[in-house]
Amino acid sequence: MIHINDMYKIYRMGAIDINALNGVSIKIEQHEFVAIVGPSGSGKSTLMNMIGCLDTPTSGACFIDGVKVNGLNDSQLADIRNQKIGFIFQGFNLLHKLSAIENVELPLIYQGVSAKERYERSITALKEVGLEDRIHHKPSELSGGQQQRVAIARALASAPPLILADEPTGNLDTKSGKEIIGILHELHRKGNTIVLITHDNEVAMQAKRIVRMQDGMITEDRKVV
Amino acid sequence: MGFLQAYKMAIKSIRNNKVRSFLTMLGVIIGVSSVIAAVAFAQGSTKSVTDSISQLGTNLIQINIVGRNSNRSITYEDLKAFSQENSEDISAIAPQVSSSGTVKYQTKNTETSIIGTSPEYEEIKSLHVQSGRFLLDIDVEYLQKVALVGTAVVNELFEGQNPLGKSIKINGQIFTVVGVLEERAGGQDQSEDDQIIIPVTVSQRLMRSAAIRNFSIQATTPETIDRAMEKLNALLFDVYKDENTYRVFNQAETLSTLNEVTSSMTAVLAGIAAISLVVGGIGIMNIMLVSVTERTREIGIRKAIGAKRKNILVQFLIEAVLVTGIGGCIGVLIGVGIIRFIIEGMNIVPAVYSIPWMVLSFGISLLVGVIFGMFPAYKAASLNPIEALRHE
Repeated sequence: MIHINDMYKIYRMGAIDINALNGVSIKIEQHEFVAIVGPSGSGKSTLMNMIGCLDTPTSGACFIDGVKVNGLNDSQLADIRNQKIGFIFQGFNLLHKLSAIENVELPLIYQGVSAKERYERSITALKEVGLEDRIHHKPSELSGGQQQRVAIARALASAPPLILADEPTGNLDTKSGKEIIGILHELHRKGNTIVLITHDNEVAMQAKRIVRMQDGMITEDRKVV
Repeated sequence: MGFLQAYKMAIKSIRNNKVRSFLTMLGVIIGVSSVIAAVAFAQGSTKSVTDSISQLGTNLIQINIVGRNSNRSITYEDLKAFSQENSEDISAIAPQVSSSGTVKYQTKNTETSIIGTSPEYEEIKSLHVQSGRFLLDIDVEYLQKVALVGTAVVNELFEGQNPLGKSIKINGQIFTVVGVLEERAGGQDQSEDDQIIIPVTVSQRLMRSAAIRNFSIQATTPETIDRAMEKLNALLFDVYKDENTYRVFNQAETLSTLNEVTSSMTAVLAGIAAISLVVGGIGIMNIMLVSVTERTREIGIRKAIGAKRKNILVQFLIEAVLVTGIGGCIGVLIGVGIIRFIIEGMNIVPAVYSIPWMVLSFGISLLVGVIFGMFPAYKAASLNPIEALRHE
């Protein structure tokens, strides 16, 4: 599913080079539930941006679903983000002026899906996260947990093989956080590949495979039995 | 993503920011409505002037004697004889001695223009006498001190009294009022009503000048006007031997000169108004740039979930064009409103609704949207998604 080979990302901050990624290689197979854990500055967010096709590495290659992402142009990268990856962010990143269903429809709009199909698929996605009675609410009318569930529904709407969750529980209370992790488990059970990025060990322990990062390198990679 | 979808998004975004969208439109609204109103005003003025000129008749020929470098000059009698010889081309001729003077009736004074002329003037200038009579040949021949007064003069001096038969003083000389001229239609050409007509011979004496410098001549038909002018030119050249000392022209020429002047006036007015459209466009660019900064996070989100550069570009561009387009529509409506209720309603000049200018100014407002929306839209489309997402 994802194959990253000897990847470097060097940020130049004035005269100093910062190696955000320092030779990272990782393979994630289909239907895995992987947690990437590390303190802030460990390079886990940079790695997520690489997997999410939001950033380009200084060197090294990244394959998603067998497609080499490096060297693709903006439009091709947008297509990969749109069709292969569902993003879940710490800050939910919903559009505040749009209702829940309109937010969920957004990736489908960019895919060119017809209005009718868009609506049906969005309703299905919202049902999956248990928000079928909140479809016309604006994000401001929803609790944090509900907002994150809308974000998950948005990630699901285009039925991408990969769900990329960046600290999805970071802004939530424990109870809502547990619900969100529960939904991720459910999605994993249904066949999605899930990559969860977190600094929280407890959250990471929920995954089936834990990858620890430190100073831009992978320090531990183990399966949870 | 289709065009329709981008359009829907733009509409939504405009509706979500009603006040700001309206303020953004304001520049375009003012620009478009002032273009339309300015052009209507200019064309209305043109129309009113051309109307009053063509009211004078298109077969009217004017002669101006400008120089005096000749020991012989043409007289009223010469021209009168000449017109009788050429009666197939020239139907009437009237001399014109124009001056201004003080007119006094009892204790009231007014300044007005005094025209010395002959009975033919009535027909040539299509004047109508409201009461009394016009000049007669006998008045000219025997230097009768009689006068016809315009309605403006009547209002100034007589205050409701019947002026017929009353004695007035023009530059100290006593005249008898024998007629009152009819008011010119619409009352737009005030100078035609603010005048006194007296026999040409009397005015020559009053002015202490023998030479008559202006003549109005009527051709028999509009078709004979060219031949009549040729003949008059030949006659005058015979007398003066110098083309620069006299001028023979007709209304058609005056009209075309006037049209040149007024069309450049239209252009200047429209140009000034167009500047406000450009200023409106800069306002739009300004607001759009602020909006891009404000919506950086939104753009980041859209990009993360699969929006291409093109999608963002189109979204912002359509938004800009929609804002200017709606502003343009409102501007056209307000412009028409100004024509209807101010220009027409207050009877400033005749109302002219120029459809081409409305279409043009609306088109320009759309163009302004494209031009000034392009840079902000490009800026939005070029945002880096990671940085955009990090933006607070």
